[in-house]
Amino acid sequence: MSAHADEHFAGTNKLFISIWGWLVVLTLIEIFLAYRPMPIHFMLTILLGLSIIKAALIVAYFMHLKFERFSLIITLIPMLVICICLLFVFFPDSFRSSELRYKFKEAPPVAPAPAEEP
Amino acid sequence: MSTEARAGHFPAVDWEGGAFPYRVGHRKLGMWLFIVSDSLTFSALLIGYSYLRASNVWPTPFPFYPSIVFSSVMTFCLLSSSLTMVFGVSASSRGNKAGARKWILATIFFGLAFIILHLIEWNHLIQEGLRPFFLPEHWVKVFTLADGTPPTPLFGATFFAITGLHMFHVATGALYLGIVAARVKKLKHEDIEISGLYWHFVDLVWMFVFPLIYILSVDVGGHLAK
Repeated sequence: MSAHADEHFAGTNKLFISIWGWLVVLTLIEIFLAYRPMPIHFMLTILLGLSIIKAALIVAYFMHLKFERFSLIITLIPMLVICICLLFVFFPDSFRSSELRYKFKEAPPVAPAPAEEP
Repeated sequence: MSTEARAGHFPAVDWEGGAFPYRVGHRKLGMWLFIVSDSLTFSALLIGYSYLRASNVWPTPFPFYPSIVFSSVMTFCLLSSSLTMVFGVSASSRGNKAGARKWILATIFFGLAFIILHLIEWNHLIQEGLRPFFLPEHWVKVFTLADGTPPTPLFGATFFAITGLHMFHVATGALYLGIVAARVKKLKHEDIEISGLYWHFVDLVWMFVFPLIYILSVDVGGHLAK
């Protein structure tokens, strides 16, 4: 029963250890980058790129998706990516709201001035 | 003859997709769909965090020790727990249920280590005065801009909400794996594989939480220590 074709789990322990090694190395690169002075846009792009690579390694090998039927991959991944991209629709508003903030010309007031008696 | 009755007799003829279009059982497909929906929950939270961060003055308070050291060790624990989990599933696929139980217990150990380290890390920040809607006073002084714009007090809300929800997932996963380890002899291989899918997903989420929450908020110049 245990040798049934459906229970076959592809991938050797050596492969899984090498994937784990890559994940640890990519994490160390991220920590190293944290202390390199660079504009936050570059930092964000590099960190997200590394995170997507790490996520892909986990999904493909540890979660075994690489060895599943292609129809399962095409059902799960594109809908997730499209929905996440749709969430980014809010970002222009975030930059706009930072521009709307009141710019202090001097130190902000401690308390509002008392109201005049009518 | 009704369509249903005919489908009962000749499923492959009526529908050419076959009995298992994805070649996985319905429970495994269900777990995959849950993982997709939970990914969207975390995506929404992380994008909400990024929204607040882009539209506010954001404090970058994490020192190398304890925050970055702790979070790096926590990352190492989760990555190692994924490795032990995949060894457990691999052992189960060979029919070695005792081996599978051993590796699953190792996975639970790393998961609990993650939670304990994370609670210690939370405690550091709470002791410093961080609350969901308030920053510690010295953070406000240090991170207020030259033009007087103060840092947003929502730092704590996003930090505790995202890392707290993730920690809840780790705790739930440890409980789930505990039940799987206890019943491993009765469970089918597919059930063990499904519990592995959930555990790897928890690891996967941390691969985004760690850089976005911790690495991007490192106190590079040591401003708080001065």
